[in-house]
Amino acid sequence: MITLKNFWQFITDTLRIILKGDRLYYAWVGFLVLLIAIGAAAYLGQLNSGLIVTKMRDQVSWGFYIGNFTFLVGVAAAAIMLVIPAYIYDWEPIKEITILGEMLAISALIMCLGFVMVDIGRPDRFWHIIPLVGRLNWPQSMLAWDVIVLNLYLLLNWFVVTYLLFCAYTERHYVKKLVLPLVLLSIPMAVSIHTVTAYLYNGLAARPFWNSAILAPRFLASAFCSGPAILLILLQILRKTTKLSIKDEAIFKVAELMAYTMGFNLFLTAAEAFKELYSGTEHMVYFQYLLFGLKGHTTLVPYAWASILCGLAAFILFLVPRTRTNWVTLNIGCVLIYASVYIEKGMGLIIPGLTPDVLGDIYVYRPSFTEIAVAAGIFATGFLVFTLMLKAAVPMMLGEFTISKGQPPQEAPPQNV
Amino acid sequence: MTDPKPITPPESCGDSGCGTRREFLGAATAAMAAALTGCGTLSKEEFLQHNFRELSKQEVQDVIARLEKEYKAKYGKDVKVANTPAIPGVIFGYALDLSRCIGCRRCVHACVKENNQSRDPEVQWIRVLQMDKEEGVNLQHADQYYNPEEVPQEGHFYMPVQCQQCKKPPCTKVCPVGATWREKDGIVVVDYNWCIGCRYCMAACPYGARHFNWGEPNLPADQVNTNTHYLGNRPRPKGVVEKCTFCIQRTRNGQYPACVEICPTGSRKFGNLLDKDSEIRYVLENKRVFKFKEDLNTQPNFFYFYGV
Repeated sequence: MITLKNFWQFITDTLRIILKGDRLYYAWVGFLVLLIAIGAAAYLGQLNSGLIVTKMRDQVSWGFYIGNFTFLVGVAAAAIMLVIPAYIYDWEPIKEITILGEMLAISALIMCLGFVMVDIGRPDRFWHIIPLVGRLNWPQSMLAWDVIVLNLYLLLNWFVVTYLLFCAYTERHYVKKLVLPLVLLSIPMAVSIHTVTAYLYNGLAARPFWNSAILAPRFLASAFCSGPAILLILLQILRKTTKLSIKDEAIFKVAELMAYTMGFNLFLTAAEAFKELYSGTEHMVYFQYLLFGLKGHTTLVPYAWASILCGLAAFILFLVPRTRTNWVTLNIGCVLIYASVYIEKGMGLIIPGLTPDVLGDIYVYRPSFTEIAVAAGIFATGFLVFTLMLKAAVPMMLGEFTISKGQPPQEAPPQNV
Repeated sequence: MTDPKPITPPESCGDSGCGTRREFLGAATAAMAAALTGCGTLSKEEFLQHNFRELSKQEVQDVIARLEKEYKAKYGKDVKVANTPAIPGVIFGYALDLSRCIGCRRCVHACVKENNQSRDPEVQWIRVLQMDKEEGVNLQHADQYYNPEEVPQEGHFYMPVQCQQCKKPPCTKVCPVGATWREKDGIVVVDYNWCIGCRYCMAACPYGARHFNWGEPNLPADQVNTNTHYLGNRPRPKGVVEKCTFCIQRTRNGQYPACVEICPTGSRKFGNLLDKDSEIRYVLENKRVFKFKEDLNTQPNFFYFYGV
């Protein structure tokens, strides 16, 4: 009973803490809410008219929504991977890094589920995919698998974060026997959500661009580049704006590990490109469309090369110890690799998979205004969730905000991103 | 894995199981969903309707009565929605003579008329590819948008593509909710009231046979074909996938599909693969046939051949 009462107070105090903030905080939250409103308005229009307001058609039946979904599954998976080096190298703020990674994963997963919801033609029938209530075509359909693993992963992360914060809030030590197995479980779960998402495409023999055995490894390798990139920037911001202490060497170690995964990611991409272009079968056309254009259609070409060049540049910046330990070049590298993977695992994966279509037709897809507005709304929702969680979590992690203190300290209010 | 399942399993989900589930979901949810999706007309019954294969005989009758009422209100016509099951001992097969087809696209339009497709934008279940004679069947040299004064064009041949009614359909395998399946007579069908519109099947189909209702299907009342089948040509809602069903509403009553009937060159052959004396078996016996994209092992019941 006492726990329940404490938990209720934990919820109300959390709500109170996220409602209070400085001007910058309100401005940021207001900006996100505005984006969400724009996205919601665009989505209402889409509900009314149908998906015809997007630029997707029968030839390119998935587009911007599913591209973003795929990229964000990678972010959700990779956020957890930072937990591994934290444990291996026994970094001081292990708990904090774990909580941050899991909160990032939760936000990314909320965006993933949002992108799936806006992509389906009959959202009123969402209950058809709920196990036992509807009729889930499991184990045959990879999408059924994906629904299960994504939701389990979301639950797992949500539970661990809530539990750790609740313990911090009630000034108790968390039960290590409970948390450690769950955190360790979240690591193979992270690998599995991205693998299953890769298999979603991988299993389609009709689409040679996706039907490659190294698709899942490529997914994982690229996710291990982009996910930590977000966290590296986040850790720097947090230690500047809050009392959270994160050692330089922890950040540089992550950067070093990223250099290896980037190299591996480039190698896998090269291996795929070599196989397709050198053997030169008719399956080459999808790579041609992506890298060089086909029959005069070159929409993707600048993006594809931008992705490759950004990936190469980031790899060099992270490989050379001097640029890896320089804050300016390190952060440039983070932005470059993030951009590179966003293109590669978003539109660069979905569109050439569907173009030319199965009957050789080339339909040039570019997202419509509605698609961009809806996507902005979903990204804003994810950022908002993350901001609010961070707002409450940081003072709790630092022990500044607990059940006995009740109030955040007046003298040093936590700043926000 | 993709064995056809009975359309109406004996009371597999009679009153007990689904009834409580339905009550659990409740009418309030239906109203909320209707408001959320902007489908003001979404009724509680429609919202709560279960997968067609799980409905009892009585429930199927109720659903059909409801649909016929809806169509009457919408089109002012008595649309008959049949539920004719597969005929025992029949597996339908199709063969198309590439040396006869002249690319006139009469099949395309007969199909649209027969199957109540949206007219604007027009959904076409048959796509006719114009190929270069020098290239043979090469999709990188295929043109779907040919539009000359007269067909056939010099140096070209024509290859109509529609659902190949695979024995191992990749589309039914990937559907996350089991809204599409292969019937006992080999026809791959969609439950338009169960499909969630995720379009995974469209990504999986190697033949571009699946089409999505991107907007509200636009079917003028005077063009509605009132002879329909639940799993076939009944008018579809927006946001769901549809496909060729070998004109299930005709073929299960012993008629030819509309495309076979209209073809002016006799390029299209249709019949029962299990009947030794059928025309389709004659073609398989006496002509050299091939299957489109054979390497994908989808095992179509749709064959192409060169008749002359």
